[in-house]
Amino acid sequence: MSAILGRKLGMTQVFDDQGNCVPVTMIEAGPCFVSQKKSVDSDGYDAVQLAFGEMRANKANRPMSGHFKKAGVKPKRHLREFDAPELLELEVGAEVTCELFTAGDVVAVSGNSKGRGYSGVMKKHNFHGFKMSHGVHESYRGRGSVGAASDPSRTYRGLKMAGRYGNDRVTVKNLQVVQVLPEQNLILVKGAVPGARNGLVEIRK
Amino acid sequence: MSLLKNAWEAPVRADLPEFGPGDNVDVHVRIIEGNKERVQIFSGVVIARSGGDSVNGTYTVRKAEKGYGVERIFQLHSPKVEKLVVRRRGHVRRAKLYYLRERSGKAARIREKASR
Repeated sequence: MSAILGRKLGMTQVFDDQGNCVPVTMIEAGPCFVSQKKSVDSDGYDAVQLAFGEMRANKANRPMSGHFKKAGVKPKRHLREFDAPELLELEVGAEVTCELFTAGDVVAVSGNSKGRGYSGVMKKHNFHGFKMSHGVHESYRGRGSVGAASDPSRTYRGLKMAGRYGNDRVTVKNLQVVQVLPEQNLILVKGAVPGARNGLVEIRK
Repeated sequence: MSLLKNAWEAPVRADLPEFGPGDNVDVHVRIIEGNKERVQIFSGVVIARSGGDSVNGTYTVRKAEKGYGVERIFQLHSPKVEKLVVRRRGHVRRAKLYYLRERSGKAARIREKASR
């Protein structure tokens, strides 16, 4: 069990041994540095804090630069905690690279999905809407009824309605690592990964 | 996409000849049957190219066989294609020759490009 932070670069395709075309997402994974270790004694739980992402040193505010200085790590843009056993053995300041992963690994990738703003039920909940003609008036993308009348005299909680959609943490499991390029810190994962290009993603196996 | 380009050298092949819509080509396709490998030739007219020369590029080859039109879409950089031979260069005035689907026989002819 291990994990790393990365930046989604975008999708492309590669060919496998048989010459089949494989759709892949390219992720710039690491190098990450251990910036803090949490333990049951001091914090109540075991975890490792990883720092990732280029950042100008003068962009870090006082508290953060102090935090990084204590760990002996250059200021980084993103911090995330992991409880993966393989990472827990590392010391503060240790480097984590994409070499933790090899081709063929099955990974889960988490990221913040693209924000879609205030969306209707067709986009948000995959409703079918109504016919575009045959007497349907002005509600061809609508949701239909939201409940019965005087009994129960209310709308049930959790009913699927229009509203803010996206910009949520999404995890995609069982993605296959197709290729790891340690020199360029790249991991190629088969299939799509949540979030926009340049977005922060967590890769766990 | 520029992010991708900077980060990584794409698996493209440089051995392909220049070709485009209207050209008659032979596509030598590697076929693996069990543990045997053989080459099958698919020859026809290139009716479309998509994606340019990029990693994602494809081309569509159409042939008319026994009264049936057969189209195959190939990945431009696919290693399954052993080689691509241009038999004849066609003179066409559009990039996508989908109109050939409604034509057969004499009507589906393409003028040969005058060689420079």
